[in-house]
Amino acid sequence: MEMQELKLDGNAIAGLLGEVFALEPTAGRGTCEGCGAVNAVGALHVYVHGPGVVVRCPSCESIVLRVVRARGRYLLDLRGLRVLELADPA
Amino acid sequence: MAGAAVLRRLTWQVARVAELVDETAQTRTIALEPPDWRGHRAGQHVDVRLTAEDGYQAQRSYSIASAPEQERLEITVERLPDGEVSTYLVGELRSGDGLELRGPIGGYFVWEAADGGPLLLLAGGSGVVPLMAMSRHRALVGSDVPTRLVYSSRTIDDVIYREELGRLAAGGSGFEVVQTLTRAQPAGWTGYSRRVDADLLQETAWPAADSPLAYVCGPTSFVEVCAAGLVDLGYEPERIKTERFGPTGG
Repeated sequence: MEMQELKLDGNAIAGLLGEVFALEPTAGRGTCEGCGAVNAVGALHVYVHGPGVVVRCPSCESIVLRVVRARGRYLLDLRGLRVLELADPA
Repeated sequence: MAGAAVLRRLTWQVARVAELVDETAQTRTIALEPPDWRGHRAGQHVDVRLTAEDGYQAQRSYSIASAPEQERLEITVERLPDGEVSTYLVGELRSGDGLELRGPIGGYFVWEAADGGPLLLLAGGSGVVPLMAMSRHRALVGSDVPTRLVYSSRTIDDVIYREELGRLAAGGSGFEVVQTLTRAQPAGWTGYSRRVDADLLQETAWPAADSPLAYVCGPTSFVEVCAAGLVDLGYEPERIKTERFGPTGG
């Protein structure tokens, strides 16, 4: 299997992120801490084949988010995400 | 409406399998009746979870194939080689069975008629499924947004929704289908006969000057080629929405 075929996108973790966030996350926009690019969460590059989920910036491939769900809790590493903007439905 | 975009806590529920329709040798449409369904938007998906007798669970995402306006919720599943979930869904599941799911899920790869166009839909293989939900939605609300579906399949027998796409294209509402068959073509084939590439996009995509809205769904390699090709044609990156599917275990 080619490495590229392991790459998915933010759509693939809409369910997982929906377990954590109250607002729909994949239509939101994230700013990469590494390069400053702003992309829809659904457009971020996602790798799900490791022990956790790794999410990378499509512009510079820096890690913007890591999610591990194990033993009854969620671990979110958001160091690479400068801003997460979610639409306020109210 | 306030609250429309607020997720209710995603909860698993057991839907009844109302009907199974084989679309191709490898794909099957599963019509579902979930007990608690608040409707969906075209392009969204559901998560499906199987639990073995020993408690082992496997979970996959499947795009919703039906339009929001349709009475029944439908997904179309492709059987992947060694896919532990898709093999069961396409081969073992029976009408009347229960299937555990949650949804609708996702808010990015979504099109509603009010989003307008011109609309370009690029499908690689079973990537046509969420684009079919958009096409059905478009037809059922009577939209005349100019829409072109460019659909790549291996052979004519692998084309999902073939008859329905023909009907939609013949409907005179501005819906066009461009087909390409990458592996084998039947006698007299008048469509394309190669993988989608920059030249094919140049010939089939709406001009960038019309500010089109593009949705691309397929295997990762297909999506990357299409998205890069559209950017080269001058499409605004913000108006190209992509959904990659890969072998997440099937």
